Amino acid sequence: MSAPAPRTRTVVAALLRKELHVELRTWESVPAMTLFSVTAYVLFHFGLQQDSLGGPLASGVLWVTLLFASILAVNRLFVADDEQGGFDAFLLSPADRGALLLGKALSLLAYLVAFELVAVPAFGLLLLRTSLGAALPGLLAPLALGDLGVAAIGTLVGALAVRTRARDLIGPLLSLPLLVPVVICAARATAPLFMSPAGGLPLRWMLTLGLYDLVFAVIAFALFDFLVED
Amino acid sequence: MADSMTSTPPRAPAPPAASATGRRRGLYGRNLRALSLVTAALVTLTLLGVFFWAPNDAYLGFLQKIFYVHVPLAIVTLCGFIAGGVMAIAHLRTRDPRWDMRSYVAIHISLVFGVAVLITGSIWAKGAWGHWWVWDEPTLVSFLLIMLLYATYQPMRFAIEDPERQARAASVFAITAGVFVPINFAIVRLSTAYVHPRTLDNISGNLPGRMQVVFWLALLSVTLLWVTLWRYEMASKHATAQLRRLRRLLAGDESEAPPRRSAAPSVTTSPGGVG
Repeated sequence: MSAPAPRTRTVVAALLRKELHVELRTWESVPAMTLFSVTAYVLFHFGLQQDSLGGPLASGVLWVTLLFASILAVNRLFVADDEQGGFDAFLLSPADRGALLLGKALSLLAYLVAFELVAVPAFGLLLLRTSLGAALPGLLAPLALGDLGVAAIGTLVGALAVRTRARDLIGPLLSLPLLVPVVICAARATAPLFMSPAGGLPLRWMLTLGLYDLVFAVIAFALFDFLVED
Repeated sequence: MADSMTSTPPRAPAPPAASATGRRRGLYGRNLRALSLVTAALVTLTLLGVFFWAPNDAYLGFLQKIFYVHVPLAIVTLCGFIAGGVMAIAHLRTRDPRWDMRSYVAIHISLVFGVAVLITGSIWAKGAWGHWWVWDEPTLVSFLLIMLLYATYQPMRFAIEDPERQARAASVFAITAGVFVPINFAIVRLSTAYVHPRTLDNISGNLPGRMQVVFWLALLSVTLLWVTLWRYEMASKHATAQLRRLRRLLAGDESEAPPRRSAAPSVTTSPGGVG
């Protein structure tokens, strides 16, 4: 069959559909992340010996929890493709490899959003001193930018780690240092929202986070092809 | 004498071109002795300058001398990491495994230098601020982050068995991490800028003349030290590969045990050569 190469948008949509389908059937990522985050809140409650948190402490606990939980999804992102021949099937098709990156990144983004729909309200319920409702409008932008950063870095690192023998180890060890700047920016950006007279969103940190996302999106796009060869 | 010469079988034909190219460019040993001597002389000169010529610092006294070791080491380490990234770009573009080897050696040496940077930085922090670790010193913190990232470079290589895939993954890592180095510095610096306004250019701006001379001298000699060590490791890796190839040629493939699995790239000496 010498059909012309399918349009990238079609391929990305098909990949995304497949990923979401798999997730809806197996429930491998999102429930685990959600459960992990609630457990982490409980751990922070006992570890910090605080019933409620505010300001930078609340912001830090939220972001560290979100980050660690997202590592669970990053670790699993390519495992099925590696074990069950998804990579080979994709390479046999005439589709562009950039589409695989985009499809995977979008599915990771979808997992993160679905997970945060539970994890952020749970944080407001369990640990946050101020009301979450007041902080929520300001929280949306940092959450979106943070998720973009995790999606870009997570997809690249996931593809890098999945072919190694110790992928459960290599994945987090590689992605956590790369995600530290995301935590720096996002935690600084959201800290004023959790103060008792809530402050505004610091634009400087949002801008920095956005630039960081952009840089790593470009890097992932430029380098991903080399990871899915042969 | 003469008839013994004639009775000997004709000499083996001239060795194939590969060994000639091997001699010409392969061993990376050209000028290595001169380079080592220059490096040793410069390092000695720098140490003499540090201990006997540069004045003691007004506040920190003798302890400030660690600055001449710490700062050049840090600068060279970071540049070495970035150089490793650039070499990795060359590897991905040309598919030449020798570029992967160069990138690997650059990162390896920079990692060793980086450990020295963390130790000297910690000593400096203890002397200057009274603590072994200071979080509001952005340079120290971002350096730690970079070391944490690069610490996974060799385990990652080690965990990939197929040499080609290992080389490609390592290059992707080296490029990503190489880009991470300057960005990470900018962000960590930004995160502490409000607390402690600092400027990077006080190295070149506020130092008295002699200190500045010694600092630049130290930077030059540490750079040369890095380059020399890089060339030595390249030469060693190359000699090992040549030796394996010659053994295989002399005694057949079976004589040589299969190479131990290692994080280092298993480079073939000359593609299309004898081996």
